[in-house]
Amino acid sequence: MATALAVVRAQSLFATAMLSGVFSLLSALLLVVLDAVDVAFTEAAVGAGISTVLMLGTLALTRRFESPPSHSPVLPLFVVLVTGAALIYGTLDMPNFGSATAPAQVHVGPDYIERSVEEIDVPNIVTAILASYRGFDTLGETAVVFTAGIGVLLLLSGLRRRRRDKKEDV
Amino acid sequence: MQAFDWDFIVGHMNYWLFIVLMMTGFYIVVAKGNLVKKIVGLNIFQTAVFMLYISIGKVTGGTAPIFPLDMEVDPAVTYSNPLPHVLILTAIVVGVATTSLGLALIVRIREEYGTIEEDELLKIEKEIALQDIRQHSEVIGERG
Repeated sequence: MATALAVVRAQSLFATAMLSGVFSLLSALLLVVLDAVDVAFTEAAVGAGISTVLMLGTLALTRRFESPPSHSPVLPLFVVLVTGAALIYGTLDMPNFGSATAPAQVHVGPDYIERSVEEIDVPNIVTAILASYRGFDTLGETAVVFTAGIGVLLLLSGLRRRRRDKKEDV
Repeated sequence: MQAFDWDFIVGHMNYWLFIVLMMTGFYIVVAKGNLVKKIVGLNIFQTAVFMLYISIGKVTGGTAPIFPLDMEVDPAVTYSNPLPHVLILTAIVVGVATTSLGLALIVRIREEYGTIEEDELLKIEKEIALQDIRQHSEVIGERG
């Protein structure tokens, strides 16, 4: 949380990228505490690893520092506070943290836990659900990643060629 | 209901902390002019939502939803809800895909306009629009 606040303050974009990596790593630790080991793995690899590398790559292609803000932060702060208050109001009738009788716990979750032993026979329930029960989600996810990859390639493919053209013009 | 319900406050503290984190990310997106920083803010917001979901799936006294290797399931062991974990796994991967797309867009914008600050971009855009209007009115004027 302190890292997130530091991200708000930091003017150097390099520091921002590093802090966001630290933030991901800390949130991965928190996810381990919350029993979500698979998610923590992914967050540490993807959030702290790949995202930071991507950000550093972007910084190498653009620039290092942000210019000081030109307008006052009062209006955004107001909007953010109102939204936050509305969200907190929404949590007031949520079940307590860790409650075993919460609606999220009694719906389909127990079915998955009970039946995946005989139906899938994979020790890790998360893997069983991801690849089998909800395989279509994963298919959709791969489609999204594929599309994003094509988009990135299209956006960046002409970069070197255009640079060379510009040099020849000069 | 009594005025100060300690159980209630402790039980909801997780939601509130994640909402504060979420709003930190939201503030960065809205208030900061630098596009890379906006993406970082978006990431913070996203991670806060992930943690909110995972914290909903947590059961007190539960353990990670992985069976022992010999598949002998002990009915006395409670497992945390695996469904949010699956959803968030998918969401993380999709999140990094969108992040990379956004960063690629930023690289392209920088190439085209020479800046990644929002207000400078708006200024340049306005000038381009003004030029367009001027050219257009010249063409119409010639016809008239």
